[in-house]
Amino acid sequence: MKGPPAGDVGLRGVLLAVENVSLAFGGVQALNDVSFDIRKGEIRAIIGPNGAGKTSMLNVINGFYQPNSGRLVFKGEPHAAMRPYEAAQGGIARTFQNLALFRGMTVLDNIMAGRALKMRRGLFWQLIRHGPALKEEVEHRRRVEDIIEFLEIAAIRKIQVGRLPYGLQKRVELGRALAMEPDLLLLDEPMAGMNLEEKEDMSRFILDVNREYGMTIALIEHDMGVVMDLSDRVVVLDYGQKIADAAPDEVKCDKNVIRAYLGEPHGTSA
Amino acid sequence: MDLLYKIFIDPFVQMGTAPDLLVQTLWDGLVAGALYALIALGFVLIFKASGVFNFAQGIMVVFAALTLVGLHERGVPAFLALGLTIIVMFVLAIGVERLVLRPLVNQSDFILFMATFGLTYFLIGLGQLVFGGNPKVMIANDLYLPSGAIEFRGLGGFVSFQKIDIAAVGITSIMVAVLAVFFQRTRIGRALRAVADSHQAALSVGISLEQIWVIVWFAAGIVALTTGIMWGARSQVDFSLEIIALRALPVLILGGLTSIPGAIVGGLIIGVGEKLIEFYWGPLLGGGIDTWFSYVIALGFLVFRPQGLFGEKIIERI
Repeated sequence: MKGPPAGDVGLRGVLLAVENVSLAFGGVQALNDVSFDIRKGEIRAIIGPNGAGKTSMLNVINGFYQPNSGRLVFKGEPHAAMRPYEAAQGGIARTFQNLALFRGMTVLDNIMAGRALKMRRGLFWQLIRHGPALKEEVEHRRRVEDIIEFLEIAAIRKIQVGRLPYGLQKRVELGRALAMEPDLLLLDEPMAGMNLEEKEDMSRFILDVNREYGMTIALIEHDMGVVMDLSDRVVVLDYGQKIADAAPDEVKCDKNVIRAYLGEPHGTSA
Repeated sequence: MDLLYKIFIDPFVQMGTAPDLLVQTLWDGLVAGALYALIALGFVLIFKASGVFNFAQGIMVVFAALTLVGLHERGVPAFLALGLTIIVMFVLAIGVERLVLRPLVNQSDFILFMATFGLTYFLIGLGQLVFGGNPKVMIANDLYLPSGAIEFRGLGGFVSFQKIDIAAVGITSIMVAVLAVFFQRTRIGRALRAVADSHQAALSVGISLEQIWVIVWFAAGIVALTTGIMWGARSQVDFSLEIIALRALPVLILGGLTSIPGAIVGGLIIGVGEKLIEFYWGPLLGGGIDTWFSYVIALGFLVFRPQGLFGEKIIERI
């Protein structure tokens, strides 16, 4: 049994609406007139075969890509395109499919970097580490330590991230995103390349973040079991087009989705 | 036999019998090394944060020194001229970010490298237009930089330390310490390291690349100004100073392009090594070998350890 019933979610507000977004790279149509919404407090999965445009969609949402047409409505405000800084400022955090960590920095510094936007004291005070800047640093450090404890990575907090195994790096990346205290957390294949145990840990963290802090999450995932367990609603992309948008159980039985994943049977008309 | 003796035995005998000369040579090497390190630091700062090999670093040294001296020539008091020069370097940093880096964002490293060539010729032209191309004398006295020498008797002779050299080593050390604290301890320093590691990740946590670029180019400008004052005080201020940037290339290869400690240690190794080789082994080849010796060391490093002493080991995940 997971999450509140669908009807309850439906009553909550829409945090982000993607409206008729199209994105092309040269002749390749990465996204074609895609619309869906993400509601406050839900876990929204984006699935689809390889090359379906899932990561492109996340990149549009956090401003790495500028769509050719369509718009995003975030917290009620329309944007023709986001800019990365604007997205981060507005409370959108993300992780990356192929990890984008600060490899030369410690776990602690990586997660502290997630608080870049929250620290505002002047350079002078930071340099001498005194007065208000010290107080601020201590306060942020406490929040970061909470996150470290929550993610059970206390033992490795002084280790350089580049030296950690892959599964832990993924966890640090999640920690950095959480440190931003975002309103919307985008996870690009949070469980890719993990073993079963690591996947279970990660699922638990994602559910806890969602339930205990009420954080809205949009995630891309290939592991169907994970998607079915975690998500409230699923949007399915194929060749840049939305082919389904429903609860996990319905999506699983949708014949367009099955066709997208398994391919068209030869010699028969579908 | 005689040659082998001259290479492997005689220099060390000389070092032992005349320790004053050895100390003098080491000191001269240390000073040269500190200045090399300072130039290398300018390269490293920019390369770390923006991945650009800044060919214009040498000309920035000249431009900064020229602005300082040129303003003073026109009657601006020395310290006001220093302040104004710092402002000029800040404006230059903003200009570079707006007009060079921002339009070229996401272009390949090589294009950015070529753009710094453009910047080099622009700065040469601008410097000549405003301040003229004649050699100038650094206003060391007006900036209260010491002159003269301290001499120590002992070690079977005497060793002399130029006061300007002592000042150069002192100022370089302070500069490096401040930069180290800045990088390690402050939010902006953390952001700088973050940008150096991954542009994408830095953007995702809301670090503004534009702001970081202005900061590193400004920091590199300040380093260039310091270098210009120190080198200028030892010789004179003209466009030939630019070639000292070439002297920093072996330092960069030795220390690694991404490492501040590497720039310092590399600078010292090259500086001290150069002087020792020139003094003790130079006569065997007729002297003048310090100009090419460091490049030979760099070549050796390129073959056996291309990432330098402290650079990150290059491992590509495939």
